[in-house]
Amino acid sequence: MKLLTLNFLTCARKACKPLPTSFPLHPADATLATTETAFSPAFLRNILPRLDWPALKGLCDELGLPGVGDEAPGPEALFEDGELPESDEDIVGEIEAGKRPTKLAHDLHQLLVETVMLEGKLVCASCGHEYAVKEGIANFLLPSHLV
Amino acid sequence: MSRPEDILPPDLYYNEPTSKKYTTNSRIRTIQASMTHRALSLLSLTTPSLVLDIGAGSGLSGQILSSVPTSAGGPHTWIGLDISASMLAVALEREVEGDLLLADAGQGLGFRAGTFDAAISISAVQWLCNAESSEETAPQRLKRFFDSLYVSLKRGGRAVCQFYPRDERQKKMVADAAIRAGFGAGLLEDGAGTKGVKVYLVLTAGETG
Ligand SMILES: [Zn+2]
Repeated sequence: MKLLTLNFLTCARKACKPLPTSFPLHPADATLATTETAFSPAFLRNILPRLDWPALKGLCDELGLPGVGDEAPGPEALFEDGELPESDEDIVGEIEAGKRPTKLAHDLHQLLVETVMLEGKLVCASCGHEYAVKEGIANFLLPSHLV
Repeated sequence: MSRPEDILPPDLYYNEPTSKKYTTNSRIRTIQASMTHRALSLLSLTTPSLVLDIGAGSGLSGQILSSVPTSAGGPHTWIGLDISASMLAVALEREVEGDLLLADAGQGLGFRAGTFDAAISISAVQWLCNAESSEETAPQRLKRFFDSLYVSLKRGGRAVCQFYPRDERQKKMVADAAIRAGFGAGLLEDGAGTKGVKVYLVLTAGETG
């Protein structure tokens, strides 16, 4: 499961939904891995305004990953003027001519899309429920009394 | 032919041999692919998007989302959920690019508000109509699903659910549940009146929440 997905998952229990502590879920005993994925700065531009930046920052701290800045960057920070370098020739998704992705764009791709949680659990800070993650798949099935 | 959802609940029906059969049967694959393309065209996405796939199964639809070319506004990133662990195991084996969640859409979705640009569901929503336990009814499950789907879509976002309603009554029950959740809804039928009719519920999450 991509770290990107963790930025959107909340506790699924109805009783937790209205509580601010039902997001984000907190990883525990996490095993991380890297999966090579096509680089799409156009996707990052689309998703960046929707990220919860404090949650992303907190997640990096909890996982012991190099942190992201305090301030959420705007989509314009993903591109700069210049020719597309050879190393970026296989990018996917449309970008404006004469623009190339910045180092921040590459870093965010690596963090959000290529860093995945393979094993462990996700814990709700509100109710303490633990969602198991196995082979990258989080189990969100709730016993019926918790629905 | 008996309908699979009349035999067993989906997590039991799509056990390992059935999941493999479903994924390798080329006729099913072809129909599934053409319905996914149809749903995608109804979503009209113009930029690489975050898409929810409800009933993602072995990832057949997801692979299509991943491979939409740049020239057609793709590729899209997707999160797929399914109630069947063995279907998801086949998806893992096929190394699909999307993220997978083991989840029951009838329990409601655990995503924060405005997460997705769009949502797609191919041949899954009819499963929500068979309430297995005595504790819950089909309308309750449909309500939880559509209410949480509405919230998890960004405003103006669209969802297209292709499903196989058992009859007119069930078709109406599903559409009504979506409308009650706040969606603008339309039913589109390809091949209406034929044996191969395909029903698409086309939903728009309005500007005001
Ligand atoms: Zn909770």
